[in-house]
Amino acid sequence: MIPAAFDYRRAKTIDEALALIGETAEEARFLAGGHSLIPLMKLRFSQPDRLVDIMHVPGLAGIWERNGQVGIGATTRYVELERSRILQDVLPVVAEAAGEIGDPQVRHRGTIGGSLAHADPAADLPAVMVALDAFLDIVGPQGRRRVQAEDFFQGFFTVDLAEGELITEMRMLPRRTAAYAKLHQKASHFALVGVAAALEIEAGNGADGVCRGARVAVTGLSTHAQRLRGVEASLIGERLEEEVIRAAAERAPEGIEEVNDDLHGSAEYRREMAKVFAARAIRRAAARA
Amino acid sequence: MSEKVPVEVRVNGELRSAAVEPRLLLVHFLREELGLTGTHVGCDTSQCGACTVLIDGRSAKSCTVFAVQAAGSAVTTIEGLAEGEALHPIQEGFWEEHGLQCGYCTPGMIMAAASLLKENPDPSETEIRSGLDGNLCRCTGYQHIVNAIARAAQQG
Ligand SMILES: Cc1cc2nc3c(=O)[nH]c(=O)nc-3n(C[C@H](O)[C@H](O)[C@H](O)COP(=O)(O)OP(=O)(O)OC[C@H]3O[C@@H](n4cnc5c(N)ncnc54)[C@H](O)[C@@H]3O)c2cc1C
Ligand code: FES
Ligand code: FES
Repeated sequence: MIPAAFDYRRAKTIDEALALIGETAEEARFLAGGHSLIPLMKLRFSQPDRLVDIMHVPGLAGIWERNGQVGIGATTRYVELERSRILQDVLPVVAEAAGEIGDPQVRHRGTIGGSLAHADPAADLPAVMVALDAFLDIVGPQGRRRVQAEDFFQGFFTVDLAEGELITEMRMLPRRTAAYAKLHQKASHFALVGVAAALEIEAGNGADGVCRGARVAVTGLSTHAQRLRGVEASLIGERLEEEVIRAAAERAPEGIEEVNDDLHGSAEYRREMAKVFAARAIRRAAARA
Repeated sequence: MSEKVPVEVRVNGELRSAAVEPRLLLVHFLREELGLTGTHVGCDTSQCGACTVLIDGRSAKSCTVFAVQAAGSAVTTIEGLAEGEALHPIQEGFWEEHGLQCGYCTPGMIMAAASLLKENPDPSETEIRSGLDGNLCRCTGYQHIVNAIARAAQQG
């Protein structure tokens, strides 16, 4: 399968990337890892006239800790997330989720920024970013802005990103007590359902401390990554004993509309699995207290 | 048709340059421009791993990378593994353990294994199997492939 012809440019700076996207009247797209865009181009579902490769912009890739926050550059590849010492120490959920994406070849190429911009309904990192209450830094022709992950994902392959806008960085607070649990679709390894749970647990008592805050998000269940508010409400103020976790996870399907229903899993099956994997993510997050 | 652009890629240690259309996939660059037909196309949809090569030492599906993206990088294909007549330990492993039947998936399997063993020289059986998550074989049932890689790890 041969994609339609296009013109290829490599940007060396963020400004150059924005200029190269902006200067053409035709359809131009950023190219990161290419692991969603190239398959679409080969099927000619996408036929951009120009690709602006952002993988050679210094400073757009990397993982850092600054002012009590963790920053992840948009072109950071999954394999770097998986192996990052910083993430393993202070945000193990990101390393864990990255390690569950696709297969090694995909993890060697795909990037966090590409995954969030593309927003596949079954992609893993969107749910993790929503659970961690991450912010996305975005630059574009109108300047810089900051969006909360929860507001960024709006619907089926639909995100709050205008034409010509570039995601540069994701920022979030460190949180050890967060985990991701995923049911793999056996052929593609995309999530049939995946749940990310980020918990605040009262210090000093390990997993027996009272849960003071909880953000739980799901992917694969519906059109886009979203919070499981019923589950969250049932955890806050409680000690996370097994019955509490089970009762909370039972509420996973609450308020989720347009549940995916396809040959890989019926809506009923996905709702059930969302409960099972919510419970697993919560248990694993609590065990990190 | 878009303009051809010059690309320079270090393939199996040798600097190779050509003028290519940006839409040329790396796998076609290797097979058609350079005549390195050891890298196979199985599915052409990023699933099967038959087209796996190393880009800067890490496995990648060359049907899902444009040649222009690899410009300035080092690419290793199955042709680049053996040293003269001496097979690479992974090739030797496939030979000794009957790691192939029709052989279609084999170059991709071997390159995926090369990437794995570079990162993890002493993998468990489970780690070998997850290292092959991106590669499909329609013949062997995988067990002999896993044995071949385990043998290569011991010999390596
Ligand atoms: C076999 C296979 C299995 C996979 N399995 C999984 C899986 O299990 N889980 C999962 O989550 N994903 C999976 N994926 C998808 C993979 O994670 C992609 O890499 C990801 O969706 C896109 O990231 P990319 O860097 O490859 O982006 P690209 O494909 O380069 O770009 C995707 C889109 O995002 C835009 N874009 C990229 N970067 C930016 C940026 N910084 N700012 C603005 N726009 C940008 C591009 O213009 C394009 O429209 C799989 C893919 C394949 C081929
Ligand atoms: S041919 Fe590239 S993955 Fe199948
Ligand atoms: S040996 Fe035939 S596909 Fe693997």
